[in-house]
Amino acid sequence: MNGRPRLKKKFGVAEIVLIFSILILVVVVAVPVIMIFLTAFFKDGHFNLAGVIQVLKQKDTYMALKNSLIIALGVTFFSTIIGVFFAWLLARTDIPGKKALNAMFMVPFMLPSFICAMAWKVLLSPRSGYINKLLMGMFGLSHAPIDIMSMGGIIAIETMYLFPFVFLQVSGALERMDPTLEESARISGASLGTITRKITLPLVMPSIVAGALLVCLYSLAHFGVPSILGTEKGIYNIPTKIYERIYASGGSYEAIRVGTILATILVICATLILKAQNLILKNGRFQIIAGKSMRPVVMKLRGLRWPLFFVCVLYLLITVVMPTVTIFLIGGLKTYGLSFAPRNMTWANYLEIFQLKMTRNAIWNSVYLSTSTAFVTMLAGMMISYVIVKMKVKGKFILEFLGVLPYSLPGTVIALGCILTWSGRFGINLYNTAGIIFVAYIARYMAFSIKSNSAALEQVSDSLEEASRSCGATHWQTLMNIVVPLIRPGMINAFFLIFLPALRELTTSVLLYGPTTRTIGVAIYALNEDGETVRAAALAGIALIIIFFGETVIKGALAKFDKTSRS
Amino acid sequence: MPALDLINVSKIFGSVKAVDRLNLQVEQGECFSFLGPSGCGKTTTLRMIAGFENLDEGELYCDGKLFSSSYKRFYLPPEKRDFGMVFQAFAVWPHMTVYDNVAFPLHLKRLQKQEIKERTEMALKATSLTKEAEMFPQKLSGGQQQRIALARAVAINPKVMLLDEPLSNLDPHLREEMRFEIKELQTRFGFTVIYVTHDQSEAMALSDRMLVMKEGVVQQIDNPLKIYDNPANKFVFSFIGLSDFIPVEVKDGKVFVKDAEDCGPVNGQIPPEYDPSISYDIACRPGEIDFSPTGVKATVVRRTYLGDIVDYLLRIGSVDIRVQKPRRRSLATVGETCHLKFNRLLWYDHSEETASKT
Repeated sequence: MNGRPRLKKKFGVAEIVLIFSILILVVVVAVPVIMIFLTAFFKDGHFNLAGVIQVLKQKDTYMALKNSLIIALGVTFFSTIIGVFFAWLLARTDIPGKKALNAMFMVPFMLPSFICAMAWKVLLSPRSGYINKLLMGMFGLSHAPIDIMSMGGIIAIETMYLFPFVFLQVSGALERMDPTLEESARISGASLGTITRKITLPLVMPSIVAGALLVCLYSLAHFGVPSILGTEKGIYNIPTKIYERIYASGGSYEAIRVGTILATILVICATLILKAQNLILKNGRFQIIAGKSMRPVVMKLRGLRWPLFFVCVLYLLITVVMPTVTIFLIGGLKTYGLSFAPRNMTWANYLEIFQLKMTRNAIWNSVYLSTSTAFVTMLAGMMISYVIVKMKVKGKFILEFLGVLPYSLPGTVIALGCILTWSGRFGINLYNTAGIIFVAYIARYMAFSIKSNSAALEQVSDSLEEASRSCGATHWQTLMNIVVPLIRPGMINAFFLIFLPALRELTTSVLLYGPTTRTIGVAIYALNEDGETVRAAALAGIALIIIFFGETVIKGALAKFDKTSRS
Repeated sequence: MPALDLINVSKIFGSVKAVDRLNLQVEQGECFSFLGPSGCGKTTTLRMIAGFENLDEGELYCDGKLFSSSYKRFYLPPEKRDFGMVFQAFAVWPHMTVYDNVAFPLHLKRLQKQEIKERTEMALKATSLTKEAEMFPQKLSGGQQQRIALARAVAINPKVMLLDEPLSNLDPHLREEMRFEIKELQTRFGFTVIYVTHDQSEAMALSDRMLVMKEGVVQQIDNPLKIYDNPANKFVFSFIGLSDFIPVEVKDGKVFVKDAEDCGPVNGQIPPEYDPSISYDIACRPGEIDFSPTGVKATVVRRTYLGDIVDYLLRIGSVDIRVQKPRRRSLATVGETCHLKFNRLLWYDHSEETASKT
């Protein structure tokens, strides 16, 4: 790797980069995880399994565990069905308006699920939900027909916003699939139904399972929706239970210890899920990528063409348009509970968001925290991926092992680990500062960065670098002039994979915020908890606008810039 | 009765006529090739025969039975046509074993278990895949994967076997070997074959007859030798094999290479249909040009040994031509002046297009 004279040295640039990369992952990820395990299993320096069992035997922790599993399984089941159905509908039938529908099905991905949960609570809560009241009035019912504040409600709402994980995976696989695989079945005499059952579905099964496991992983450790829809009714899952314990005790050590025990269970579940995913992807990933791009066989829907189109539109109206409109309308109400008549509406709430210190701070905190995290994590992730993918140094396996670690850490776990690590125990006290959120975000999003950067680096053939070196460029010049320009799309992608979710992050921030370090997510959540529904909705509306702006305008502009700078 | 009968078949994609009024009859048991550069409409024609594309105009009969017709608004879907098909990208199902891949179409026909077993084993034996029956296709080489596709098509004992550039994804050595295997399967089972390729040597080696296509229009239908010897136009001449085109002018009943009168006249007759208002090219195969004591004068610019054959680049005036001679008769050296005699000259309008191959 290095020049000939340097070969004699034991310590070259490669080793320094390797050690630096390992250090980053150890400090940011490994130490917090170790702290969680130590706190969970050791009390006063003794191994304490009895304590762990005792905590798990308590009814509320046991129930939280059970709820988490039921919600995760339910959400996974329904997301898979909905995701596969819509992906197949858009990729393998002659449904009208495919392009527009494909774009629209990505929108639920952008919407923060806890903001939507707020909207749905406004619409469907049993006591005062607008739709419930409407239905009761229309049919003369004595009680609300739909109760969104239940296990079923939580599963339904999470499904609405998590199914794109499956949809994306499956529609990607269907699009890349070689159409002749299906055509050869057809010429063998198989009907379209048989082809779908015997050829298409088995071939995209790995993608279906991968998407489903992603949903399961996400739902298992999800804070927003269960906390908004469940807490009031006493329905807790693991993240909301941890939050409740810590919040109720004012952050006592015992509460944190219970938290770490629950967190350990989350980590074990997550690790098992990721193991399963790796196993399936390794054994089942078929080479189904098309050599020639040809139009696949599409099923003629005939009479069902327009009805199914309207099913899609209706689904999008209900899951995307209705909650978004509700948020903006509530945000414009003079007082919560009034009807949406023009005389009850005002712009004042939206203006107030920019005047109130708390909300203004929250927006500023979120913007600068997500920008700086995204930038730092993108660069660190690039360096780590470069070592893993491209460099040949001894001790790389340590990095490979540590690099997988962030994938299996749910947000709640990272928050707890950061509390334990950065509260002065190691001489650095970041508690209640923005710094602790910053390090937590880096830990939380490192996985995204490594994934995106490694994928880009694997596309860069070694011979491109070797060609540059043989032209007389140094390692560093090669990196800056050849490698970085080639993986720039991957880096930009990594930036947005971090920036956009960080902007609306709630699960981690809610455990880490201090008096002056609320983020947008925390501020919306806190306002909503305090009964300031209108203000919460107004801030949520502004958050939606910022997210939409980031997702479309900035991303589009950067993609364009990247294209023009290449040609 | 012809195995396939295509009457006035057209296909339009947007504003492009991919296939333009094609008429063709393929006889029972014939091996018939569609040859042409990419985008000429040969694959589209095959896909219309298979039923993956409907006809925009025309009719298609198989064994006298109507398969598609734009006039009668009739279209038989591909799964009902009983054809076998092999694709360029193999299209073997990676989630099934070799055996299951071959047996799949037989299961669809709801045959007896015993018969499925017999026919699958027969097809695997014919393609020498018996040992690999229980393996998954991804563990096998490209050639073996293509054999699975062949076995799958052979097993159903199809009326017509459609092959869409089946050898293009294989390396050259294997390609030649598989060529003979396909031919052997065809003679053994006697099915009709439609073979699509852009490789003229493949088409020549396999076909009883072939057609050459360009931009959706059939240029010529004939047996390989006749197409090679009597190409219908300049395009076909240039697409089949190597070719030299030399612009010429006629003066006092003698033929001269354009702007090279001082090199002397070219041997050969002026065709009876010669029209002085048109400028002509004479066309010749590089192997049909001989060095001789007399004839048009040329200079040797380059000499390349291609194993048994020596390839010359010769210059007559400002025109470069290629000449290939067996090595035993490699007489000229670079810089030397020589005289040429042309055998089998054909005359084409200079403005006609060639298949611009490099």
